[in-house]
Amino acid sequence: MPSFLFWLFAIVMLVFGALVVINRNPIASALSLVVCFLGLSALFMALDAFFIGIIQVLVYAGAVMVLFLFIIMLLDLRAEERRKMNWFAFVGGFLVALSLLVQILAVIGSTRMAKQTFPPLASPHADDVRNVGLVLFGNYNLPFQVIAVLILVATIGVIVLSKRQLR
Amino acid sequence: MTTLGDYLTVSGILFAIGFSGVLLRRNVIIIFMALELMLNAANLSLVAFSRFRLGDDGLPNYNAQVLVFFIITVAAAEVAVGLAIIVALYRTRRTTHVEDINSLKF
Repeated sequence: MPSFLFWLFAIVMLVFGALVVINRNPIASALSLVVCFLGLSALFMALDAFFIGIIQVLVYAGAVMVLFLFIIMLLDLRAEERRKMNWFAFVGGFLVALSLLVQILAVIGSTRMAKQTFPPLASPHADDVRNVGLVLFGNYNLPFQVIAVLILVATIGVIVLSKRQLR
Repeated sequence: MTTLGDYLTVSGILFAIGFSGVLLRRNVIIIFMALELMLNAANLSLVAFSRFRLGDDGLPNYNAQVLVFFIITVAAAEVAVGLAIIVALYRTRRTTHVEDINSLKF
């Protein structure tokens, strides 16, 4: 992938990711999150991870975001009314996040490995989904089944939680 | 050419955005969305490392991509349960504002 396309998708993703936090209206936040995830899936595909990119669009931009929008609609959330802001907490939280960012960037900047470009693939048209599937159903068969049980438990938990009376 | 550091930088900035969202926002649903941003930032750096460290056959390291697959699955389950908890919370307390939920506050 050419360098300018990487920066285009990266900047789109970061701008819309920031809009998720900045927007006051929850629906605008959710829609910004969709665009952010689409940019992220473009970055996955730039890294030759086509399966993960498609899964990102299907699961996040499709299923999870519909769930978010559905809950926002169900609760009938409007744009937040302005409350008295706790400036001490606001500045403190901002400083903590900023120091985390500075630390991450410092670590990346001091790593020699980070300055290397990506090595070329042995075959540029590798069968991505097949290879992921072989590893997933071969080496990671037991974790895969545990995940299946986890999703079953989550489904039952959601049904129990959203019943009107908890007994 | 893009380097590994470019991807890690983007991933780090995205993580910091999500982290600041968790710390600064007071709406439970927005906090939840910021959590998703942080999970996805971790996924991006995992995929970047999978492409960077090729396996013996010269293909990407698929172990990392399987881990990303698991993270996405668990995150989807977590969103479903978390939103159900938020709905149950809204039914009893009529709010999604974290400062109104202070029964356990010292």
